Amino acid sequence: MTETIGIILIAIGVLFDLFGCVGLVRLPDIYNRLQAATKCVTLGTCLILFGVLFIVGFGAAGARAVLCAAFILLTSPVGAHALSRAAHRSGIKLWDGSVVDKYAEIDDTSSVDA
Amino acid sequence: MILPFDSVWPEVFMLFLLLSGFLCLYRIAKGPTAPDRTVAIDIMGTLMVGFCGILTWVTGRDYYLNIGITWALLSFIGTIALAKYLEGRNFDD
Repeated sequence: MTETIGIILIAIGVLFDLFGCVGLVRLPDIYNRLQAATKCVTLGTCLILFGVLFIVGFGAAGARAVLCAAFILLTSPVGAHALSRAAHRSGIKLWDGSVVDKYAEIDDTSSVDA
Repeated sequence: MILPFDSVWPEVFMLFLLLSGFLCLYRIAKGPTAPDRTVAIDIMGTLMVGFCGILTWVTGRDYYLNIGITWALLSFIGTIALAKYLEGRNFDD
């Protein structure tokens, strides 16, 4: 029974990974790609690791799966925010269909060529 | 309760993850700017952590999760370093 729950969790996680990577290919600019891919792939990988926890049981491997999931949940948003700020400050334009840029209004250290 | 075709599931999951990895490789090859490639590399590192989890389940050897933890750590450090480099700043501010 726990193996069935684990397989279902891993299936949902793999589908989230696949849709996140489709968003990484399909979306128009860096900021859209970053928010689609980071959120989907973080949730998908954590679901895969929790499914592995359900399958192998809470032993040495399960504890390491929980540790790995917690680590990804902590570090992936930090990396995404650092990357988006770096892209904005290095002067990469938003997509033409974007309607608002709040960060350009408050960021006084914008790039010289933006 | 056992799902039908029980032994087929790991191969199917690994094929889907490999397809996702190839989509990331397409973005790495084609991405017009440097942050696009950095995002794709970061995402592919996170995908490979999930792949290590599935390998733990398939082979029954739990040192694959050590590889996953190490991969996540190195991917995070690489992403932060590349972001600092793209921003044009040093590591101490």
